[in-house]
Amino acid sequence: MWSLFHKFGSPPWLYRLSGSILRWLLPITVIALVVGAVWGVLFTPPDFRQGNSYRIIYIHVPAAVVALAGYYVMAIAGAVSLIWRMKMADVAMRACAPIGAALTFVALVTGSIWGKPTWGTWWVWDARITSMLILFFLYLGVIALYEAYENKELAAKACAVLSLVGTVNIPIIYKSVDWWYSLHQPASIKFTGDTTIDPSMLYPLLFMIISFYALFTCALLLNMRAEILQREQRTAWVRRLAGSGERD
Amino acid sequence: MYFETLAAALQMDGHGAFVWSAYLITLGVIAFILYAPKRREKRFLRQLEGQIRRSGGQVAGAIKEV
Repeated sequence: MWSLFHKFGSPPWLYRLSGSILRWLLPITVIALVVGAVWGVLFTPPDFRQGNSYRIIYIHVPAAVVALAGYYVMAIAGAVSLIWRMKMADVAMRACAPIGAALTFVALVTGSIWGKPTWGTWWVWDARITSMLILFFLYLGVIALYEAYENKELAAKACAVLSLVGTVNIPIIYKSVDWWYSLHQPASIKFTGDTTIDPSMLYPLLFMIISFYALFTCALLLNMRAEILQREQRTAWVRRLAGSGERD
Repeated sequence: MYFETLAAALQMDGHGAFVWSAYLITLGVIAFILYAPKRREKRFLRQLEGQIRRSGGQVAGAIKEV
């Protein structure tokens, strides 16, 4: 266990491992996203109340679910970076922020587009949407905070603290539709209790959620690889990699 | 397929503009989050390769052996 933990702390090992994972995970992810999107948009029945506009669910929900999960990944990486001062955890934390921001942006924009035909408005300041907007700003805050510091060790500490403090927002987002009166519908997929979505619509949705998790993993590894190279640019293995002209 | 014609799939009973624009924006964002780090990595390695070539295999600055 500890030897694996130490291996994860080794930049060249992590760089090579991520390269071999991406070689098969990236094409599978792209294919899965295309299959899931086509399945959801063209092969599912329309919703009895919302008609065809509900088809946005196949990108909106997966983007929102993974944006929330991504924040936990960022916060855990931040905690590991703070406690064990592990460089690669810091790299992972920094790599999560732009992906999380992008996915939160997708959730907000697709939600807004979905809101127009469903609620008759592009935007409403209700609890779920506002807390998602706060999540977006938290991700942007981590990116901006890191860039604001000259001393990158200090920047990593500040970002880790911000990530950890921001986790307070995640349960608020989850429970917002139950705690406050909201235009946003409650969760259709439940771990406890009955799922209120027909299987013909549920399966492509679950498929897309898994595909978005794979997308997050790919983007995280790609970002980490770029970050590792820049941080390790003075090391012999990066020089050898650049000198050999080898590209993964 | 649920829709009988391509036109019906594009229009989606008046919801086509909403659905397709949401998917197009998502496609753009996904392409960006996958392409941007790859481009950053390639550009960095190219720059470093150029530096190494210009200095005849020796690069200025301390080199750490890992």
